[in-house]
Amino acid sequence: MSSLTVSEQDVTPQTGKVIQPGWVRVTHWINAFAMALMIMSGWQIYNASPLFDFRFSSSITLGGWLAGALLWHFAAMWLLVVNGLVYLIVGFATGRFRKKLLPITPSGVISDVKAALTFKLAHDDLTKYNYVQKLLYAGIIVVGIVIVLSGLSIWKPVQLRWLAALFGDYDIARYVHFICMSLIVAFLIVHVALALLVPKSLRAMIIGR
Amino acid sequence: MGRMRSLLIPGVDKKLLVRDAVKAMPDPARRRFIAGGASLGALTLLTGCDIIDSSSAEEVLKKVSKFNDAVQAWIFNPDALAPTFPESAITKPFPFNAYYEVDDAPEVDGKSWKLEVRGLVDDKKSWTLEELYKLPQVKQVTRHICVEGWSAIGSWTGTPLRDFLKIIGTDTSAKYVWFQCADKEGYNSPLDMRTALHPQTQMTFKFADEILPRAYGFPMKIRVPTKLGFKNPKYVISMEVTNDYKGGYWEDQGYNSFSGN
Repeated sequence: MSSLTVSEQDVTPQTGKVIQPGWVRVTHWINAFAMALMIMSGWQIYNASPLFDFRFSSSITLGGWLAGALLWHFAAMWLLVVNGLVYLIVGFATGRFRKKLLPITPSGVISDVKAALTFKLAHDDLTKYNYVQKLLYAGIIVVGIVIVLSGLSIWKPVQLRWLAALFGDYDIARYVHFICMSLIVAFLIVHVALALLVPKSLRAMIIGR
Repeated sequence: MGRMRSLLIPGVDKKLLVRDAVKAMPDPARRRFIAGGASLGALTLLTGCDIIDSSSAEEVLKKVSKFNDAVQAWIFNPDALAPTFPESAITKPFPFNAYYEVDDAPEVDGKSWKLEVRGLVDDKKSWTLEELYKLPQVKQVTRHICVEGWSAIGSWTGTPLRDFLKIIGTDTSAKYVWFQCADKEGYNSPLDMRTALHPQTQMTFKFADEILPRAYGFPMKIRVPTKLGFKNPKYVISMEVTNDYKGGYWEDQGYNSFSGN
């Protein structure tokens, strides 16, 4: 992909450098839609037998009741998984993950976290991720994989007994699934807030540059 | 559904309330449930458009659920056994669960009760409880997983269903064994033949080594550890071997029909 051979020069709309290639944009927005369906229907499913002492408001859940939510969840899962596999395969095959997300060094992460907390972390060059971004983007891919695997364990604890055993057991897989959802929602809040604070990053995810 | 939402009272178990409300709905309304107005509104807001018409969304979701039935049947390994547990792992007390209170559970007279057998079998004679108790029994300590997500481990003793199906000369090329129950409103549920023939699928007569109590389905429950709880019918009064999909109490309301673990 020629779009990946980015130069170090400042990226402006005039230079026309593609920051987010087409396949990243398409899979990103399909994923955003599928994630919204999965999370909102997942909250409704959670409400049928809450793990903790609270329920999600029906104004933010999808499906109306348990059966409806399960239908949404097990339909949107295909969109999420197929789209996710395309993203992972193309991401590895093109080397984009390696170029964009690696290396992640502890010292780099620490210094960039410090800079971020003192509002000194620059966003001038959208083609290069700082260490905080690298850590979060790589981390959320791992969380995405774990939430799918824990979900499969809850769905098929007999047929995929070995997978459920990997998480401890069916009951523990439910907690893992919930924690991964919480991490994704936390990521989402930071991600959306920063995209709004740095609008050109949002523009790049829509029109590519 | 939007109207239903405004009726929800703080402090009242919404799940039970909705379940009651759904039961009270006339049949056509009961089947139009999936894209709840309030929730769908939130989704419409999210996507910024109004393309998701609730009835067409419902049709698509039902088709995907049928597709998921096929996928699960394909994944299903008839030799894969559900995990078994030591007696010490048994959940005490084992939860009673139904769409009614325990006081409303069917009271079946074991002396007059007979298991009716219909459909694609050689011997359609009805079976008394005494006759059924004479069949060889095995015990299993397995996990019951509810569609709601909770689970509990119990001890069930009875005759493997496949042994009984053999005795009555079942056409095992048929697609389903369809069970009807004594619950109010007439509970019923179809079981695919491959699951019916699974070694752990059981005609259960005992819970925790005691005659099945009323709360857990006296006189007979079908224990299927490879299925979600609602596919484990209690208070069974008849079974029919059939090639027709006859639906089920919860299946008709939208729960995925295969619902295999």
